[in-house]
Amino acid sequence: MTFLEEIGGYLIMIRHAFSKPEKAAMYSKETFRQMADIGVGSLPIIAIISTFIGAVTAVQFSYQLKSIGLVPMWWMGSIVRKGLILELAPTITALLLAGKVGSNIATELGSMRISEQIDAYEIMGVNTRSYLVGPKILAAMVVVPMLIVIAVFLGIIGGWAGGVLGNFFTTAEYIRGLQDDMKNWDVIVMFIKCLAFAFIIASVPCYKGYTVSGGALEIGKASTQAVVYSSIVLIIVNFFIAFFLLDSGG
Amino acid sequence: MIEVKDITKSFGEQSVLKGISATFKEGKCNLVIGKSGSGKTVLLKTMVGLIEPNTGDVLYDGRSFTKMNFKERKMIRREIGMLFQGGALFDSLTVEENIRFPLDMFTTMTSEEKLQQVNSCLSRVNMVNTNKKFPGELSGGMKKRVGIARAIVLNPKYLFCDEPNSGLDPKTSLVIDALIKEITIEYQMTTVINTHDMNSVMGIGDHVVFLHEGLKYWEGNRDEIMKITDGELFDFIFASDFLKDLRRNAKVS
Ligand SMILES: Nc1ncnc2c1ncn2[C@@H]1O[C@H](COP(=O)(O)OP(=O)(O)OP(=O)(O)O)[C@@H](O)[C@H]1O
Ligand SMILES: [Mg+2]
Repeated sequence: MTFLEEIGGYLIMIRHAFSKPEKAAMYSKETFRQMADIGVGSLPIIAIISTFIGAVTAVQFSYQLKSIGLVPMWWMGSIVRKGLILELAPTITALLLAGKVGSNIATELGSMRISEQIDAYEIMGVNTRSYLVGPKILAAMVVVPMLIVIAVFLGIIGGWAGGVLGNFFTTAEYIRGLQDDMKNWDVIVMFIKCLAFAFIIASVPCYKGYTVSGGALEIGKASTQAVVYSSIVLIIVNFFIAFFLLDSGG
Repeated sequence: MIEVKDITKSFGEQSVLKGISATFKEGKCNLVIGKSGSGKTVLLKTMVGLIEPNTGDVLYDGRSFTKMNFKERKMIRREIGMLFQGGALFDSLTVEENIRFPLDMFTTMTSEEKLQQVNSCLSRVNMVNTNKKFPGELSGGMKKRVGIARAIVLNPKYLFCDEPNSGLDPKTSLVIDALIKEITIEYQMTTVINTHDMNSVMGIGDHVVFLHEGLKYWEGNRDEIMKITDGELFDFIFASDFLKDLRRNAKVS
C-alpha cells in the first residue's frame, strides 16, 4: 500500500469511528472498559518515570545554574514547573503510552481481525469502526490528559525532593518559584497537546491493527509499526503545537 | 431461499469466482464443497457482504443484497447468523456475554429475558453451565458450539457455516453436523455450509454445490453425488487411489 493510500484509509476510518452508535449504552460501556484498560495499567510506570524526570530536571538545572551563578535558586521551582507542563510531562508520558497502549491496541485489533472476530461483529450488523475504534480514541482522550496531569504533579514533587536532597534550594524557595510567573496559557497549551497526543496514540494503532491481513506475524509487524508511526507523528505534532501556539497566547 | 446470480470476484490479477449461480433452499442444509483454495470462503463472505463482488447479485428471498445501502444491509444482517471457521468468539467476553451480545446490541429485552434466551441457546448446543467460561478455556469443538449458539440467538432466517468441522475429530464433527441439521429444520433456516468433509456431504448434504477453479462444476444432492464416475468431482470425492479403486471395483461387482 502506498503512503497516500494509507493516509486515505486512516482518514476514512476516523470519519466512521465517530458515526452514530447503534446503541449508546453499549458504546459507553465499551468506552469505560477501554478507559480502565488504558489507565490502570499505565499509572505505576508513569508515576515512577515522572517523579524521576522531575527530580533529574531539578538537579541538572540547579547544577548548571549554580555554575553560571547569576540566577537566584528559587527560580528552580518555576523552571521545573514550566518544563514539566510544557514539554516533559506531556511528551514523555505520551511516548511511553504510545509504546504501551499502542502495541496493546494494535495487537488486540489485529488478532480480532485475524481470528475473524471483526467479521463476526460485522455480520451481526455492528459498525465495527465505530464500535471498536471510536471508544478507544474517546477513552484515550479522557484518560491520557488525566495521566499527564498526574505526571506533572508527581514531577513537581520529584523536583522538590531532588533539589532539597541535593541542597540546591530550600522548600520555601522551591514553592516561591512554583508560584512565580504562572501563565494559564501554558496549561491550555498542555491540554491541547494532551488531546492531540491521546488522539494519535489511540488512532494510529487502531488503524494499523484494524487493517492487518495475513497471519500472526503480521500482527507483530503492525504492532511495531503502530508504535513507530505514532511516536514519530507525536513528536512532529508536538513541535508544531509549540511552534504555533506558545507565542500566540503568551 | 438465497439465490446467487453470476457472482464474479477477483483479487488483483487472480480471478477467484468466475460467474457462480446457485440456489440455496430453506429448511435445507446447502453444502458448498471444493478443494482448498477453490473459493468457498470467498463465495460465503461475498454472500454476506464481507467481500464485495465485482459483478453479480445475491437475493435473500428476492431482496437484492448487492443493491442495498448500508442501512438496509444492517437490517438484513440481523436475519443472518454465521459460524466462523475458528468460532470467532470475542476473547474478552465470557461465553454468556458472547451469546448475549447480539441481544444487548439489537434488542430491548430485559436482563432476565436475555439470560433465558442465552441459556436456551446454550442448552440447544449442549453447553449448559459454561456461562462464565472465557473462550480461551474452551476446546475447539466447544468454541464451535458456542459459535453456533451465538449465531442462532436472534433466530436468524439464514445460517452460514464456514467449515464447521475443520480441526475437529470425526466424532465431534458428526455431533456438530447433526446439530446444524436439527436447528436448520427446527427454525426452517436457509443454511449454507462450506466444507471439504465427505462425511458431512453424505450426512447432511440436502443440496450440494461443487466449486472447481472458480466455477460451479456440479450441483445436486447426496444421492446423485455417489453416481459420479469420473471428472473433477470424482477426483475430489475419492481423493485417494485406494478409494477410487474401491469404488471402481464396487461398480464392477
Ligand atoms: N482477501 C483476499 N485477498 C487476496 N486473495 C484472496 C483473498 N481471500 C481469498 N483469496 C484467494 O482466493 C482463493 C480462494 O480462497 P478461499 O479462502 O475462498 O478458498 P477456500 O475454498 O475457502 O479454501 P479452504 O478450503 O482452504 O478454506 C485463494 O487462492 C486465496 O488466495
Ligand atoms: Mg475457506
